[in-house]
Amino acid sequence: MFRLAVKDLAKRFGHRKLFRDLSFDLSTGDSLAITGSNGSGKSTLVMTLLGLQRPSRGSVTYYHDDVELSESDRRQSVAFVSPYFNLYDHLTAEENLTFFATVSGHTITGKEINRTLEQVGLEGRGADLVGEFSSGMKQRLKYALAVVSNPDFLFLDEPTSNLDNEGKKIVFDLVESVRSDTVIVIATNEEQEYRLAQEQYRLG
Amino acid sequence: MPKSSTGWVSKAMAVYAKDLRLELRSRYALNAILMFAITTLAVVSFSLGQSGLSPKLLAALFWVVIFFSAMSGLAQVFIREEESGTALALRLLADPDPVYIGKLLFNFSLLTIMTIIVTPLFFIFTDAPVENALTFVPVLILGVIGLSGATTLVAAIISRASVKGALFAVLSFPILMPLLMSLVSASESVFDGGGLVSISSELQFLTAYAVVMITASVMLFKFVWQD
Repeated sequence: MFRLAVKDLAKRFGHRKLFRDLSFDLSTGDSLAITGSNGSGKSTLVMTLLGLQRPSRGSVTYYHDDVELSESDRRQSVAFVSPYFNLYDHLTAEENLTFFATVSGHTITGKEINRTLEQVGLEGRGADLVGEFSSGMKQRLKYALAVVSNPDFLFLDEPTSNLDNEGKKIVFDLVESVRSDTVIVIATNEEQEYRLAQEQYRLG
Repeated sequence: MPKSSTGWVSKAMAVYAKDLRLELRSRYALNAILMFAITTLAVVSFSLGQSGLSPKLLAALFWVVIFFSAMSGLAQVFIREEESGTALALRLLADPDPVYIGKLLFNFSLLTIMTIIVTPLFFIFTDAPVENALTFVPVLILGVIGLSGATTLVAAIISRASVKGALFAVLSFPILMPLLMSLVSASESVFDGGGLVSISSELQFLTAYAVVMITASVMLFKFVWQD
């Protein structure tokens, strides 16, 4: 059982407070949607949860069976999809997946790569350079990267941006398929997206 | 803890192989470095002529060419990650130490290729004495290790700044000053006909500099990369 524990979390930029006294606990199978107007700090909160930004106060801790995960173990357990999270344009889809899986501590086989690309509707495109992909295809590839190593914590920021209806359906199906084994956090303003989560927290 | 795991070395080699592959497909850094080095060499050759240069001047010119060529390309290893928006993914998913070692190996390879191309050209253009060429090899190797060790960390520091190019040279210069002085001194002895014994103290300093610089960089990189 994995758990994300957030305690008294606060973030401010100068005098501007984005959020404060934020506390919650999410365990495997739980999902939380963070909503709020533009500039309310949804993406900043997700970045802070991921350790990519320092909180002004409070703590974010990852657990596995009540044992705190080290930074290295946390890297191995998380996946993130965001418009700010880019892949290498000069590498192929397969090379991107293999590279990020390797540096995050996973070993993936060619079969797993093909199956994941098929899952996101990119079958047969594994040997193509990512720079030749449309923005929607790049977004699908980010989902392939997110699920290829079976994450324990899945963070989605604006999960369906750049996606067509078929792409959105793929994402919703993917989220459903990993829901029972994963802690899911979604930052969004889209009703269709925050309905993917069991709980909601509104910022601002 | 979950799943299979790849080791520290595999992660560093993955970063190195990825950067090498990106460079082979774009040739951005290598082209910048080589263009600068060859242009500078040609200017030096045409303006100073081929003969009569003292060993001290030859040594200084050689390392000036290497230093500024390195400045023109080595920072790309981190700037490219920031500008293409891939640094976020790397920060999130990769441990800092393998990232630093992978980038260091890449910069070392880049500088080695440049040195292999530039050194014979320097000897040809400036008519520098070649009798002691073999003695020059350890100086070159330690120089390349020291330069890449120091500049890789500085490249990470400046990669998120707005005036990257100027800042890279300005921040690198004081760190590289002792290295360059020792390299010039060792090279002067070599050009003057001295053997390995005559440059032993410089070789000791260069080895110590490389060890200290790489060790300190590995220890500091985490803070530079993540904050």
